[in-house]
Amino acid sequence: MTTETVKKQRWKLNLRDRFQDLPLPARITAMAVFVVLLYLLPTKAFYENLGFPIPMGSGYLPFYTTGSDMAGVLFQCGYYILLALGLNVVLGYAGLLDLGFFGFFAVGAYTVALLTSPESKLITEYNWFESPWPWLVTVPIAIALAMLSGVLLGWPTLRLRGDYLAIVTLGFAEIIRIVAKNQDWILNGDRGIPSVGHPPGTYSNGEAIFELDFAPYYWLVLTVIIVVIFLIRNLANSRVGRAWVAIREDEDAAELMGVPTFKFKLWAFAIGAAIGGLSGSLWAGQANFVNSATFSLENSILVLAAVLLGGAGSIGGAILGGFLVIYLPEWLRSVGDVFGWPTQVTVGGIHIDVSPTSLRFVIFGALLIVVMIYRPQGLWPNRRRAAELKDRQKEVAPVE
Amino acid sequence: MSERKPLLEVDNVTLRFGGVVALNQVDFTLYEGEILGLIGPNGAGKTTCFNAMTGVYLPTEGQIRFKGEQVSGKKRNKITKMGMARTFQNIRLFPEMTALENVLVGADAHNTTSVPTALLRLPKHWREERQSKARALELLNFVGITGRSDDLARNLSYGDQRRLEIARALATNPALLCLDEPAAGFNPAEKVALLELIKKIRDSGVTVLLIEHDMRLVMGVTDRIVVLEFGRKIAEGTPEEVRDNPKVVAAYLGVPDAA
Ligand SMILES: Nc1ncnc2c1ncn2[C@@H]1O[C@H](COP(=O)(O)OP(=O)(O)O)[C@@H](O)[C@H]1O
Ligand SMILES: [Mg+2]
Repeated sequence: MTTETVKKQRWKLNLRDRFQDLPLPARITAMAVFVVLLYLLPTKAFYENLGFPIPMGSGYLPFYTTGSDMAGVLFQCGYYILLALGLNVVLGYAGLLDLGFFGFFAVGAYTVALLTSPESKLITEYNWFESPWPWLVTVPIAIALAMLSGVLLGWPTLRLRGDYLAIVTLGFAEIIRIVAKNQDWILNGDRGIPSVGHPPGTYSNGEAIFELDFAPYYWLVLTVIIVVIFLIRNLANSRVGRAWVAIREDEDAAELMGVPTFKFKLWAFAIGAAIGGLSGSLWAGQANFVNSATFSLENSILVLAAVLLGGAGSIGGAILGGFLVIYLPEWLRSVGDVFGWPTQVTVGGIHIDVSPTSLRFVIFGALLIVVMIYRPQGLWPNRRRAAELKDRQKEVAPVE
Repeated sequence: MSERKPLLEVDNVTLRFGGVVALNQVDFTLYEGEILGLIGPNGAGKTTCFNAMTGVYLPTEGQIRFKGEQVSGKKRNKITKMGMARTFQNIRLFPEMTALENVLVGADAHNTTSVPTALLRLPKHWREERQSKARALELLNFVGITGRSDDLARNLSYGDQRRLEIARALATNPALLCLDEPAAGFNPAEKVALLELIKKIRDSGVTVLLIEHDMRLVMGVTDRIVVLEFGRKIAEGTPEEVRDNPKVVAAYLGVPDAA
């Protein structure tokens, strides 16, 4: 048996490769069915018909987040998936450690808020324009401004290597938050900006689509994610993607092989920032209200955890990671409700909040440690990292 | 000799690292179409010379001209684009990319597809991908690792990794290929095969600068040899001239593991 056939057989065990082996029409059909299922996710009936046993009388539905609106959870998953996809370009492909990625989300959200809210100081105090702009018009502006801030941040720092970048990006996100919190002149501190605009569209009966119901927001963000995935794949499988990975692997060697490293690092930064800004503008379109409290450092860390958990350098990993960091605590809370997990315990007179959403950093801290020990390439690594791990295991095993 | 065109002129180059003088007024010229050997005991400054040429270090004094143009101070990727490519003494491939992708990175040196073109999959993207891939496969074949194109670089055998590095460098379409101890760690049979490859590269119109430890290997393939010792050029000439030069003999006898 040649090594080739041995390899083939080993690969057959892998689900992903089995999928790849299917004929194209079958693959397309499978993908289409999968996408339709994704659009059905906010519907409660979907879970009722899954056929999983429902604990009697508990009101708990498997996979459904009974504790909070499922569509709302899915929407939040959606913009975290976008964030993870953006950070994955920066960290996963180009290998640039950005610890303040949520800063770009803030830029996007504030841009939308300032331009679409009738109570924006740009209107009430500075008279830049008379009436608020439609949400849809402000999204490209939000993306462009986030991108610009990425370029401005990257321009001086991307010439440096390693730790410097991490520190500067961390500072960037914190500066945005602190300025937003303490300055009154435009972002309005903790009082924030109310009445932020929503995406356009009405049902046939004249009711607005994007109001209180979360489901349309989820469908919107899902659609955006699908488009973003295609665009990122276009980049990854091109000269640009090769340059990014080469830079990540060995920046000096890449430069000596003719890669304009600074230019492509800046592009990675700008694209990541643009996706972060897009995510922020989608969130603002739903949130109604934007203030500085949203942009705490924890969120940047959560996105980082999502990328590492899922598998840096893998689109599937970013999606899985972004989904898990939001869904898992919510789902645990639903399960907790069924089994009577307390939301608060009192130890020596001190009330400790122990609801899964509050404990999520503990949960992900522990989960990350476990994953990094047993599956350092992430839960859904890209094909290469997966192959690498197999090799490592072979290397560890005694050869002679 | 007079009618030959100089390709690379190393003009009185001195390079200091703090107190260490790694290169001391080194001066030599490389002519189009030749294979020049750069030899010398360990620590003589050979790799440092490559690093100064390819823009990794800036010479403390002196000039390096390539195709008549000053290279010192230029960006490294620009120097590569001018037509100077290199390999590394300690292999520096992109370990998690496939062999083919490694070579494609080299071929990309002359491609111009950037984010907008790739994002929108414009015709230029497809054209460059197609041409680069054909060229990369051709080069993998040229260096003799055809069957390995989809393997990760890190999984290739040591010898194949050395060959892949040469293919990656050739993909940048160099006028001058600089090889830093390409035969290090090779057995005699592999060394012979490598010599053939180097000659083939020269015959394809690429000038070669070869750093080598093994005197006999250099003798067999080079047109001329420059000998460094402690950062100084101590001899230059044809292999025969250099071999009989007492200074060279002394330098090499002083280093027991030089063979
Ligand atoms: N980056 C550096 N910093 C300090 N000293 C260096 C550096 N690179 C090389 N050297 C020194 O320069 C001298 C020449 O080294 P090198 O060019 O690697 O020699 P060779 O390639 O001929 O074996 C050595 O003494 C080495 O220690
Ligand atoms: Mg050396």
